[in-house]
Amino acid sequence: MSTITRDEVAHLAHLARLAVTDDELDTFAVQLDVILSSVASIADVAANDILPTTHAVPLTNVLRADEPGPSLNRDTVLLAAPAAEGGRFRVPRILDTEE
Amino acid sequence: MTEFIKLPAAELAGLVADGTASARDITQAHLDRITSTDERLNAFVTVDAEGALATADAVDARRAAGEQLPALAGVPIAVKDIVVTNGIETTAASKILRGWIPPYDATIVTKLRAAGLVPLGKTNLDEFAMGSSTENSAFGPSHNPWDLARTPGGSSGGSSAAVAAYQAPLAIGTDTGGSIRQPASLTGIVGHKPTYGGVSRSGLVAYASSLDQAGPFGRTVLDTALLHEVIAGHDPADSTSLDAPVPAVADAARVGANGDLTGMTIGVVSNLSGEGYEPGVVSVIAATVAQLEQMGAKVVECACPHFDYALAAYYLIAPSECSSNLARFDAMRYGLRVGDDRQASLEAVMAGTRDAGFGAEVKRRIIIGTYALSAGYYDAYYGQAQKVRTLISRDFATAFSGCDVLVSPTSPIVAFELGPRAEDPMAMYAVDLCTLPASLAGVPAISVPCGLSGGLPVGLQIMAPVLADDRCYRVAAAVEASLNSPVLATAPQL
Repeated sequence: MSTITRDEVAHLAHLARLAVTDDELDTFAVQLDVILSSVASIADVAANDILPTTHAVPLTNVLRADEPGPSLNRDTVLLAAPAAEGGRFRVPRILDTEE
Repeated sequence: MTEFIKLPAAELAGLVADGTASARDITQAHLDRITSTDERLNAFVTVDAEGALATADAVDARRAAGEQLPALAGVPIAVKDIVVTNGIETTAASKILRGWIPPYDATIVTKLRAAGLVPLGKTNLDEFAMGSSTENSAFGPSHNPWDLARTPGGSSGGSSAAVAAYQAPLAIGTDTGGSIRQPASLTGIVGHKPTYGGVSRSGLVAYASSLDQAGPFGRTVLDTALLHEVIAGHDPADSTSLDAPVPAVADAARVGANGDLTGMTIGVVSNLSGEGYEPGVVSVIAATVAQLEQMGAKVVECACPHFDYALAAYYLIAPSECSSNLARFDAMRYGLRVGDDRQASLEAVMAGTRDAGFGAEVKRRIIIGTYALSAGYYDAYYGQAQKVRTLISRDFATAFSGCDVLVSPTSPIVAFELGPRAEDPMAMYAVDLCTLPASLAGVPAISVPCGLSGGLPVGLQIMAPVLADDRCYRVAAAVEASLNSPVLATAPQL
């Protein structure tokens, strides 16, 4: 039985904001099925009573002094932007025109 | 001037310090080597000849002014193109970042500059460090100087190729699941993944944050250790950075070079052998372990049963973290933007840009990670993988209660041909079998060349407890000293 369908891959791609093509969907559905089947063995490990590790070397409450420091130069940062206008990032429209 | 390129970093620094050679001449020799060989190797994405010569001149000026120079001042270095460099294009080998000029330096680059090292340029990698061969680079694969039809390993394959081909005596790599150790093994050089948190991650383009770790490459164990000491140490800009003294790795390399391992217990990981391991690799490793015993070490066999699940755990955890980290590539603040005709919505521009800018492997990992983190699957996949990670750490703890270090092959196979594996993701992932456990547990691990199989280099991996990086270097230096001549000395001329 396949672990993941083409429609599921399309849905996941949408969630991840990837406008994948039909060809990519066909390829990925097959490959992801193989990969997910291969990692499914993880379920066989008896680990119900085991605490998860989120970081290899545990650290807690890492704090630093709240001291102001220099920021990056605005104009230098905007030089790397795909579009800038009036000292700001220019982004595509975020609302439908009718709204 | 060509003799400079064959010298270890430690000797080059000595020549600069005592005025026998200028940093400029040494740098120029390496730039010439890049010019004459990189068309075949494709190790570099960007060469910064002008910046390198200016840095070298500054070192020469400091010496002329009577300044006491730091340990590696004047020594050229190659930097993996996932480490951000102020004013120098940083691409992570992705179309989505091509042309990006970072406005700041990574902490490790600041440290390199302060120590007077001379960055020559930025080296090739698998896109966002996702891969084991450099075949996922947007700029084409790098080639192994031992055999140009083969991979120099990955993801830090540009760095390993550059050092093995004498384009640079030292390089910086990053290792998430083996991306320093495996390329070192496949090219016959030394590469070390420090203890997680031992080297700052500030200024690395993030792939899987709980695993990513920058580290050094060199042709000798001592050179690698000297570079380790330059880049290591606590950094307030990285909240996962360890506030602990840097292990004395250079001293350990010098001690190890006397070839005496009396009093050390070395565990051979029985789970990292068997099916899928090339017989030639297995026999070189067995001979090396016998050599360790001759040098006075006590050798025991160690079973680490949960290492068998490292591959599955890694290929759930790393894609999960990557799917989150790579959300920052949204076409708004830097990098590529496609389809912005002032009509298209933000969401359409974002999705179109990410499809155009990311390569296939990056997309696969983002989708798998999105799946493993989604409601209904989280506990079965990501949660379970994090528990297995705990069990792998416990296997290490048990093993280290009886052994000072653990050893295994670095890679189950020697350098493979470019091409065939690239079409089969699981076959590529399986190459990482030996390196993943140390990544998941955050322990330090080194790869040191120890012999040849079919004319290609084999590396021994040496793993140690957290912050005992010095043990890796000590044993590696002993292995190096036990060889009649360096493995790399037998590489064919380019």
